[in-house]
Amino acid sequence: MINKIVESCATAIADIKDGDTVMIGGFGEAGSPIELIHALIDHGASNLTVINNNTGSGRVGLAALIENGQVAKMICSYPRTANSLVFPELYRSGKIELELVPQGTLAERIRAGGAGIPAFYTKTSVGTPLADNKELRSFEGDDYVMERGLKADFALIKSKQADRYGNLIFNKTARNFAPIMAMAATKTLVQCNEIVELGDIDPEHVVTPGIFINRIIEVKKPQQESKLVKEGVVYP
Amino acid sequence: MSNEIQGKQQTAMNQEKNIGWSREQMAQRCAKDIEDGCYVNLGIGIPEKVAQYVPKGREVIYHTENGLLGMGNAPSDDELDPDLINAGKKPVTAIPGASYFHHGDSFAMIRGNHIDVCVLGAMQVSECGDLANWSTGAPDAIPAVGGAMDLVAGVKTIYIITQHTTKTGAAKILPQCTFPLTGKGVVSRIYSDLCVIDVTKKGLVLTELAPDISFDYVQARTDVTLINAVK
Repeated sequence: MINKIVESCATAIADIKDGDTVMIGGFGEAGSPIELIHALIDHGASNLTVINNNTGSGRVGLAALIENGQVAKMICSYPRTANSLVFPELYRSGKIELELVPQGTLAERIRAGGAGIPAFYTKTSVGTPLADNKELRSFEGDDYVMERGLKADFALIKSKQADRYGNLIFNKTARNFAPIMAMAATKTLVQCNEIVELGDIDPEHVVTPGIFINRIIEVKKPQQESKLVKEGVVYP
Repeated sequence: MSNEIQGKQQTAMNQEKNIGWSREQMAQRCAKDIEDGCYVNLGIGIPEKVAQYVPKGREVIYHTENGLLGMGNAPSDDELDPDLINAGKKPVTAIPGASYFHHGDSFAMIRGNHIDVCVLGAMQVSECGDLANWSTGAPDAIPAVGGAMDLVAGVKTIYIITQHTTKTGAAKILPQCTFPLTGKGVVSRIYSDLCVIDVTKKGLVLTELAPDISFDYVQARTDVTLINAVK
């Protein structure tokens, strides 16, 4: 019998180890698996490389993971937002490494990683500092830069619904990076708002097929990052 | 005093006097050039205002790169959903006929030349349409690029809305950008508070002036020799 449902966030993330690469879904707070991130803070794995579009806000979720000293390197497209307090300070004092990647290149690197494609060429960033020291190649008269596929040991994502096979649907723009990160990680852990029976999600409507999912944890009422930030909550 | 320096000082003064187009008027002028049926991505800031001014009778679909085609207006309090936001992370709504998709597909729309028009802001634009709008290159700055490089590399037509000069009166339209580039030779047209400029193989062609603005006035605030196409 296939049953990917686990009892708690702590169980789901238990085998993440020091030095692992972890993809974390979300674009700002939309789609951020905040309960799984907090479980990772409790767990304490360090020297992580984290892949996310941003670096979190306030002092909860991803920002708290960074503040807790668990992240050695961030791979992202936009490391500062209105409420990003933690990352800028650590970056300026040289305590965290940053690999800045254009957002679409980041997405395609993740998709390529999950699809077994080690590298690809894109026009994005040609002629800019982000193409420095990268291979350039001309196709049909236009220049392209080579970018490498990205893989991870783990992906932490959030969905609206999941069944026990791991078939997923998402909520609106909270989908963002989750489906491609699910493909690119050795183990993908999902926190979903609701677990449903097999067949409840119409096969025509499945967004992420269960083959990409390893563990599912139901978090019925997830915390809302912006609300916690507004209240000045600090995790742990 | 050279004309250039004099011009820059006057700009700083004149911006306070509100001559030329306002931010809303720049957006409105740009909106006139967005054709019926276009798929459009609007950058953060003044470009966002373009959506308010698309002439009646035209159906335009707005793309936001975090995974929505068919972005609608800002939500009422009842409609507000933290899972429904735009690329600037502000709450939005979805129109009837909208679709959601993941980041891979969203940027395939961009990189694959499926989006017709993108309107962005600028720090600097060069004579040959190079754009710098993500970093001043200052050593202590936290670099952040987002989707700007993907948009300029993949969208068919790139429009820029920008003040003609910086707050201190320095030219933003230059022979070469001095800030790190977002893309090379990507800009099609510039809408400033003073005029509309097309980027062409022959050079920068001034096609339209804001009310009460002269060609010479614009030229004095532009570090590139402009071609005057206003009759």
